[in-house]
Amino acid sequence: MKILLIIVGMAFVTYIPRLIPVFIMDKLQLPSWGNKWLKSIPYAALGALIFPGVFAIEKDMPLLGLVGAIVAAALAYLKLHTIYVILGSIIAVMLMRMYLGI
Amino acid sequence: MREYNNNTKSYIEDNITGIPFDDFKKGIIKALPIIIGYLPIAISFGIIAAQANIEIYQAVLMSLLVYAGASQFMAVNMILIGALGIEIVFATLILNFRHFIMSMSLMNRLEGIPLPWKSLLSFGITDETFAVAAIDESIEKASPYFILGLFIGAYGSWSLGTLLGGLLAMVIPPTISKSMSIALYAMFIALLVPAIRRQWRLGIIAVVSSLLNLVLSKWLSGGWGIVLSTMLGSSVGIFLMKEE
Repeated sequence: MKILLIIVGMAFVTYIPRLIPVFIMDKLQLPSWGNKWLKSIPYAALGALIFPGVFAIEKDMPLLGLVGAIVAAALAYLKLHTIYVILGSIIAVMLMRMYLGI
Repeated sequence: MREYNNNTKSYIEDNITGIPFDDFKKGIIKALPIIIGYLPIAISFGIIAAQANIEIYQAVLMSLLVYAGASQFMAVNMILIGALGIEIVFATLILNFRHFIMSMSLMNRLEGIPLPWKSLLSFGITDETFAVAAIDESIEKASPYFILGLFIGAYGSWSLGTLLGGLLAMVIPPTISKSMSIALYAMFIALLVPAIRRQWRLGIIAVVSSLLNLVLSKWLSGGWGIVLSTMLGSSVGIFLMKEE
């Protein structure tokens, strides 16, 4: 019962921040700088989501994340489809793990 | 007749047919990288929840209702160490508040979609679905069924993965998905790199934001670090972004 209550509470505080902007943005007419700011958010979010988190995929082993990230960036730069970028990066990390014996 | 700007790489425009089911299907296909990325993480969430003596149905319910990975792992952890319910809920609010910023950014561009649709779609905003949807420069023209397909693909993978993890908990050790922890990062990188190739300015925004996060994450919990660096980093775009 207690866990169910926690889940409902979590669901509530997670959905509300996702929902409120629907109504704010419906009413709001943004000036040009506001639109530029909101348009930049995906790229800023990606930057913050990737770094420094990618170095923490294995505790105390930032090298593993670094290798995975470099392989992903190289494959993406070669314009490979996202799926192959992901698979290539997973394989690189797997090989590193085998090599390091972890 | 469609005209393409040389700088604009548009997947979505090519993919809109106006037939709801077709658009939905194309959205699901677009979700494939997220589906692949979510599965191992959802499975390990199911396994970890089971090991924390949380019933399978509760873990699945959490994935269905909360649908925010990091906060779900954190909640299991906090339940294990006996944290109060209110503490868990508050920590969830902080950790997931970044979706507020992402929702603002995405909803600002979905002007043509009716309010009830947007209210439904907003539930599906995660770091990954937002990244895939918002990185596309023609998302403004997307059919709501396309976005629905994209979001439901990700949602289904997360929920089914949780169930699978709960069921497999007895059989498989939690180390199984270790090498796949890189998957979502690889997806973020795969989204960011082509954008930077198109417009180097976007790379500056990403680098500023990641450096801010490097500094801020030393003092702030993960959620606030990402919220603040995203807000500050993107404000650089006010000066860098070109006029429409």
